[in-house]
Amino acid sequence: MPNLLFYLFAFLSVGGALLVVLNKNAVNAAMFLLVSLLGVAGLFVLLDAALLAFVLLLVYAGAVVALFLFIIMLLDTSPGAQKPFTAAAIGAATIGGVLLLLGVRSLCKQGAMPLAPAGGMGPSLKNYAEQLFTTYLLPVQIVGFMLLIAMLGVIVLSKKFEVTEKAP
Amino acid sequence: MNPFGLNAYILISALLFAIGFFGVLLRKNTLVIYMCLELMLIASTVALVAFSRFNGTLDGGVFVFFILTIAAAEVAVGLAIIVALFRKRQTIAVDELNTLKH
Repeated sequence: MPNLLFYLFAFLSVGGALLVVLNKNAVNAAMFLLVSLLGVAGLFVLLDAALLAFVLLLVYAGAVVALFLFIIMLLDTSPGAQKPFTAAAIGAATIGGVLLLLGVRSLCKQGAMPLAPAGGMGPSLKNYAEQLFTTYLLPVQIVGFMLLIAMLGVIVLSKKFEVTEKAP
Repeated sequence: MNPFGLNAYILISALLFAIGFFGVLLRKNTLVIYMCLELMLIASTVALVAFSRFNGTLDGGVFVFFILTIAAAEVAVGLAIIVALFRKRQTIAVDELNTLKH
């Protein structure tokens, strides 16, 4: 059963990602990003990280994709503006894909890593909170400060351009 | 529970990253380029969670929290820039935003 679920979630994540890139319509691309995120969240659940899967869906599906859709519909860009891929781009993609496959194959030759036994430091909310507020206290502070800076930056960005539009 | 071992998850992570990377290179719509950047960030979180699970530690999971925070902030700032750009230039296609190129 986990076997089948792994295939399902892997197919969802990779197929959704492919369709994000290949789709002509930006709204459809955002929807396929959502499908890809669902697959990744399923993979997280298979990796015993249900909390992270929940947070991923909350932040990405709830905030990021909604924001993307909002901006796409606000800007109202014409669909089908994408030009066909050039031969150079296709060649570069092929070379990159072959290199990636070779790299992953050499990684797989190293032998499989044994699965650590579950339990002990299980990924529960309490354990995460303990780590975040002891070992990783300084990064948490820095990330909080960065969020504040990002908020200020967004406010300045949307304000400044209004002023320059009024100026001439 | 995990019949494929670590390598399968790393393969999926690498595939997602590569797809996002080529999306950034190939697509011309700035919004879709942003979505592909998000895909690359998600690919790194898959690898982190897989390593964290197979090592039996929590560090990878904690870093996923940080990555999610950074990604949210990045999307907010990036979309604000795109909206400002659209107001000024009436386009978000990277083909036409080539003022610095010439």
